[in-house]
Amino acid sequence: MSNVRVLVGTRKGAFILTSDEKREQWDVSGPHFGGWEIYHLKGSAVDSNRIYVSQSSGWFGQLLQRSDDGGQSWEPVNNDFAYEGNPGTHQWYDGTQHPWEFNRVWHLEPSPTDPEVVYAGVEDAALFRSGDGGQSWQELPGLRSVKGNLWQPGAGGMCLHTIILDPNNPNRIVVAISAAGAFRTDDGGETWLPINRGLKSNFELPDPDADVGHCVHNIAMHPSQPDVLFMQKHWDVMRTDNAGEEWHEVSGNLPTDFGFPIAVHAHEPETIYVVPIKSDSEHYPPEGKLRVYRSRTGGNEWEALTNGLPQSNCYVNVLRDAMAVDTLDSCGIYFGTTDGHVYASFDSGDTWAPIVSNLPRVMSVEVQVLP
Amino acid sequence: MTVRIVLPAHLRTLTGVKGKVFLEVEEPITQRSVLDALEATYPMLRGTIRDRATLERRPFIRFFVCGEDWSHTSPDTPLPEAVVTGAEPFMIVGAMAGG
Repeated sequence: MSNVRVLVGTRKGAFILTSDEKREQWDVSGPHFGGWEIYHLKGSAVDSNRIYVSQSSGWFGQLLQRSDDGGQSWEPVNNDFAYEGNPGTHQWYDGTQHPWEFNRVWHLEPSPTDPEVVYAGVEDAALFRSGDGGQSWQELPGLRSVKGNLWQPGAGGMCLHTIILDPNNPNRIVVAISAAGAFRTDDGGETWLPINRGLKSNFELPDPDADVGHCVHNIAMHPSQPDVLFMQKHWDVMRTDNAGEEWHEVSGNLPTDFGFPIAVHAHEPETIYVVPIKSDSEHYPPEGKLRVYRSRTGGNEWEALTNGLPQSNCYVNVLRDAMAVDTLDSCGIYFGTTDGHVYASFDSGDTWAPIVSNLPRVMSVEVQVLP
Repeated sequence: MTVRIVLPAHLRTLTGVKGKVFLEVEEPITQRSVLDALEATYPMLRGTIRDRATLERRPFIRFFVCGEDWSHTSPDTPLPEAVVTGAEPFMIVGAMAGG
């Protein structure tokens, strides 16, 4: 029988939830790193006991920790994220140029094939790689050369928050950066292309079709069709069928197409999930109803999933890294809210229930199915 | 000389230190020499008290010495004799923040 481990990063520590494959009873351990902001923690697909954690604090800065025993013990690894060479400047809020400054690690993406390889997406936006389990980090500076001087921070900072590793092609990586856009490398990170054709940012950019500057919130991929990517943009849900060469909108009948996370069902590559949020200034669901929307057609046709979710007076948000799926036969969908609930569905979204409540603000949710 | 250092609670957890830290520090005893010795003994503290590259104090860190705030004092200023002899600790403090 398999076990399931849910890794929850919160504003005040990490929590690890475990269950058997029935997913009826959950043990909660934590807080790990109590008092620290845990932007993200994620386990290796090839060594499930290896978990990487981004731990930060306004007082003490950025730390990286690693567990090799499934989160029972932790070891600090290297937190030296030094940009290659002189990183130069990027646009600042007032239109002036501002020096590139490291602030924090938003996202950690372990390699699907090598437990020693892990990527880190950081603010100010850059991609780092470690080939030794986090003991040292090297930037992939070619990314910043894609008009990095024109990138500017969004409200959450100029963060690289999404890293998609192609399961069939180790040289292909897709990343997304708030208020800069999506980018792809096909040579392992040496050179990068902006992949933003088809994105439209009316009222957000002076040129709504600009090749960089779009505020991408999250991207999801199903491993069986890596050229198909689904994007939750600031506004608009988008889809590409050619690895970002061209995007088209699939917002369809969503009540609002603003939101943060997007996820793909583990066994149905055309079934996708979003959590519509009213607007960029009102970070809560429309009508005070927390609704996940599911499309079984790869977008455009959406249905509201409400069974078990609060349908009145609910004014929470779901952050970009706070939705994940497991790979059990009956795919589990999980998401965490800014009021500290983690909801789960074990029937593809038809019914939901909280598996833990009253945690600090949830920043990230990841799931592991353990052998 | 043996210098006593008080770490904030989160950094005691990080280093696994219980209580104060006692460190041999070569003279002259200054903020810089104390922090250099501290980071050499506990490498996981690099970047948590001072910026890794510039070695400047992080904004929400304070250094208290003999009842005075030395946060804005040059890191190369010799620390008081009471710290050098170990009679008083060099205190690393998380600044009041958070409302």
